[in-house]
Amino acid sequence: MRIAGGAASDIGVNHADGRARGVDGAGGAVRDATGVFVGFARTLAAAGLPVGPGRTAAFLAAIHALEAANPRDVYWAGRCTMAAEPDDLPVYDAVFAAYFSGRTRNSLRPRQRTLQTTVPLPARDDETTPDADAADQQDSPIVRARATEKESLQHRDMARLTAEERAELAAMIALLRPGLPTRRSRRRHAANQGAIDRRRTMRAMLVAGGEPGRPAHQRAGRRPRRVVLLVDVSGSMAQYADPLLRFAHVLIRHRPWATEAFTIGTRLSRVTRALAQRDPDTALRAANDVIPDFSGGTRLGEVLKAFNDRWGQRGTAHGAVVVIFSDGWERGSCDLLAEQVARLQRLARSVVWVNPHKGRDGYLPVQAGIVAALPYVDHFVAGHSLATLEELLEVIRGA
Amino acid sequence: MGHSGGVNPFADPDSLARALESTGYLPDAGIATVAYLAQALGRPLFLEGEAGVGKTSLAAALAEIRGSELIRLQCYEGIDASQALYDWDFPRQVLHLRAVEAVGGLTGGDADLAAVEQALYSERFLLARPILAALRTPGAVLLIDEIDRADDEFEAFLLEVLSEFAVTVPELGRIAAATPPLVVLTSNRTREVHDALKRRCLYHWVEHPSLEREVAILKRRLPEITEALAREVASAVGKLREADLLKPPGVSESLDWARALNALGAAHLDTGAVALTLGAVLKYREDTARVESAGLEKLLAL
Repeated sequence: MRIAGGAASDIGVNHADGRARGVDGAGGAVRDATGVFVGFARTLAAAGLPVGPGRTAAFLAAIHALEAANPRDVYWAGRCTMAAEPDDLPVYDAVFAAYFSGRTRNSLRPRQRTLQTTVPLPARDDETTPDADAADQQDSPIVRARATEKESLQHRDMARLTAEERAELAAMIALLRPGLPTRRSRRRHAANQGAIDRRRTMRAMLVAGGEPGRPAHQRAGRRPRRVVLLVDVSGSMAQYADPLLRFAHVLIRHRPWATEAFTIGTRLSRVTRALAQRDPDTALRAANDVIPDFSGGTRLGEVLKAFNDRWGQRGTAHGAVVVIFSDGWERGSCDLLAEQVARLQRLARSVVWVNPHKGRDGYLPVQAGIVAALPYVDHFVAGHSLATLEELLEVIRGA
Repeated sequence: MGHSGGVNPFADPDSLARALESTGYLPDAGIATVAYLAQALGRPLFLEGEAGVGKTSLAAALAEIRGSELIRLQCYEGIDASQALYDWDFPRQVLHLRAVEAVGGLTGGDADLAAVEQALYSERFLLARPILAALRTPGAVLLIDEIDRADDEFEAFLLEVLSEFAVTVPELGRIAAATPPLVVLTSNRTREVHDALKRRCLYHWVEHPSLEREVAILKRRLPEITEALAREVASAVGKLREADLLKPPGVSESLDWARALNALGAAHLDTGAVALTLGAVLKYREDTARVESAGLEKLLAL
């Protein structure tokens, strides 16, 4: 961090030919070029890149080191100091083009940082609207109302609650204490029996002046197994989205490093970061900001493919317990859905499909999406009430 | 210039690019600029990109042009400081102690005891692991490979080392690098690396090379193959990368493929040769099936 530390006096961009000029070391008089570059950094920050004073200073140092003479150098100096992941690159390119072609800041639409985790899919002409989804819901098997006043909130369908009951349910979800799955770790721990721990045995001998003593033992420890939650937020699942995202929040807070949450609908959005905040309501609001396709249609196959390509195959799904919360209403091709669930099952330790409608009386898995996916699903469970979510936790732990 | 950048014998990105080319690594403008900046600013280089785009070979090429050693630290789950930094050679320490005892070296009282103890924790018994080795090798290139595989605790530890370029061994004192090594970190993005670590680094996303560059790489690395074969392989691999495969082939796959074709004596790419050697470039059954059902001849059109 030598650069950031000494940046204030270091950023002197003075060239005889005046191609780029800036702060001169001692005086600190800001001249045109530095102002332009700092403005560029701020524009990037406004566009959602993680640019703070440290990265801005690094950018100016890079400009200085390159004696930036042409746009190409400025482009690369900025890109390697101010972008931090591949998702940042399209934003960076757009801002670079707009800023240095003389357009004003205002012409760039500021966007939320977290929005960049969204994977856009090609538009389709048979895109469904929320209304169409609602209509579809009407077509689903008529559900016999089971809720009676005596029945506790525990077993009530989460989609059929009053506002007060929803608030109470939210509080009850926040109290869930997940016991999550573990796996063997490569890291070994001291134990009373097991393989000989050569290192500790030698160390004990050294302490004893070289006298051999009792051998020390070691055993493989356990690490949390990764849990990946994919929550369908399309129109037909809209009633369940809030409690399910709260459920995801509880899991993420419990094991922040071993839990990932995404929402699926017409797009894939990563909500892990938004849901990592302590307060459930703040976290939920942050997540809602990230999800562009709330109550939209469903293209499960395409979105799962995006997940597999971008995250799953790289490692996120490897050996993980993948939980899909969806009713299986698929607008796209069911072949693609089946193919992607099969791919997911090969990557993951196990695939759990949670369908809120499964808890309803007379439910039969007849929707095309479910039929296509079921052969590749390890556990198919209900998830319409708090009690079923508790059961789900058991399934996840044992998966 | 106020930058304590260490060894940087290159005046600008272009001369660095020429030096890299002389080693057989053909960089594009982005890689040359970023590598130049890493040396000029003394910042670690954080490389991400698809598997097989040449992240590791860039580090090797940088070591070669700096005329120094490439010191590699392969990360894995559970890696800790004793595997990354230094360790004491316990067996040899014990042996030493017993040897001293055997020759009766411990009869002289307290002064002797102190000397023996001191000897026990001297350089002789220190095992330098990659990070310490890099700090003590002037101008070294330290490759920290696949940082995303290590635990996040290890990242915090690395952050500390990379900001100081010094480590403290309690028995010996602080060991600081006279000239900081050039550090190259790679990640395959299986896990998000903490932003604090990224902030210290120059970030670069390594792309697949363009067609022309890939032809040049093939010719450069495999002088025995014909120009025509190099061009056909590069073009076919380019098509495969756009074919929506589970594992798009990288540069290492195109090199393997060209080598395989050459070993079979093929001077040109034809469907027969492709069918025989597809396993060198596609590593998933689904991918092979998809490409075969689309028709191998589609790969051949230039």
